[in-house]
Amino acid sequence: MSALDSNVNQSDDTWTLAGKTYRSRLIVGTGKYKDFEETAASVEASGAEIVTVAVRRVNVSDPNQPMLVDYLDPKKITYLPNTAGCFDASSAVRTLRLAREAGGWDLVKLEVLGDQKTLYPNMLETFDAAETLIKEGFKVMVYCSDDPIAAKKLEDMGCVAIMPLGAPIGSGLGIQNPVQIRLMIEQAGVPLLVDAGVGTASDASVAMELGCDGVLMNTAIADAKDPVRMARAMKLAVESGRLAYQAGRMPKKKYADPSSPLSGLI
Amino acid sequence: MSASIIVNGEIKSIEPGITVWGFLQTLQLDPRKVAVERNLEIVPKSLFKNVNLVDGDKLEIVHFIGGG
Repeated sequence: MSALDSNVNQSDDTWTLAGKTYRSRLIVGTGKYKDFEETAASVEASGAEIVTVAVRRVNVSDPNQPMLVDYLDPKKITYLPNTAGCFDASSAVRTLRLAREAGGWDLVKLEVLGDQKTLYPNMLETFDAAETLIKEGFKVMVYCSDDPIAAKKLEDMGCVAIMPLGAPIGSGLGIQNPVQIRLMIEQAGVPLLVDAGVGTASDASVAMELGCDGVLMNTAIADAKDPVRMARAMKLAVESGRLAYQAGRMPKKKYADPSSPLSGLI
Repeated sequence: MSASIIVNGEIKSIEPGITVWGFLQTLQLDPRKVAVERNLEIVPKSLFKNVNLVDGDKLEIVHFIGGG
């Protein structure tokens, strides 16, 4: 392999989360798909090594319903239990204690929501839950507001990844806050991922071009007309944005600058 | 004689003294795939065969589903 080849080989580009190294910088959710077959095919096409999952009651009236673990093998793919749907610290902590018992792993995604309309994080409850969880040995990836001061505090508390929203959950509006995200990236000593807001492939590239360590998304893939194809688009967009970030973009100029040399014109 | 407990919000009759393990078997649930909370306290999987259910217990049985 030539030096050039190895420089652009994505497999050399890894990131480390809570002591474990990953190649894929795309984390995908497993909600909103039409069935488990489509979920599994989309996860496969996305190349994701980590998937978020929810913790919910088993249907005791019909226990023979198919289960997610029958379609996505937790031994091959990292399950990241989340607390989506929790609006206070105590229910989030309770949910993740159950998740740890169900799966046997400590890596979790904490998300404590403020209200139904915006699904914006409730940061007071998030701090409260993070403190308890970290004390109990959980490795907490935290969904948070795009506030660099709050993020610094979460990192100092011991969160293993900071995950601000780029736009409201499920909105697909794209990265609305590049200034805040960039400030957060600059100061972060742990992985920083954009969690929520991506609508299409270019949005994922924008996040990666800002210098994020990764992107987490669900609806952008699951609600696409062809989720499996969109999953592949997102894989490429994340890789593409990452490469562009590493390559370093050209400076923006106010006026045109010809690409062909002016000397030797006939 | 039977006892009743509340499981995920539904009333269920049980054989008094049945273990968590035994109860999961009656529901045809794979104990490896679920987590159980009894009266707001986690029942570790290692204790499923040792913990007996009594009248009035409140159980939450959860598992992983698709989510964002």
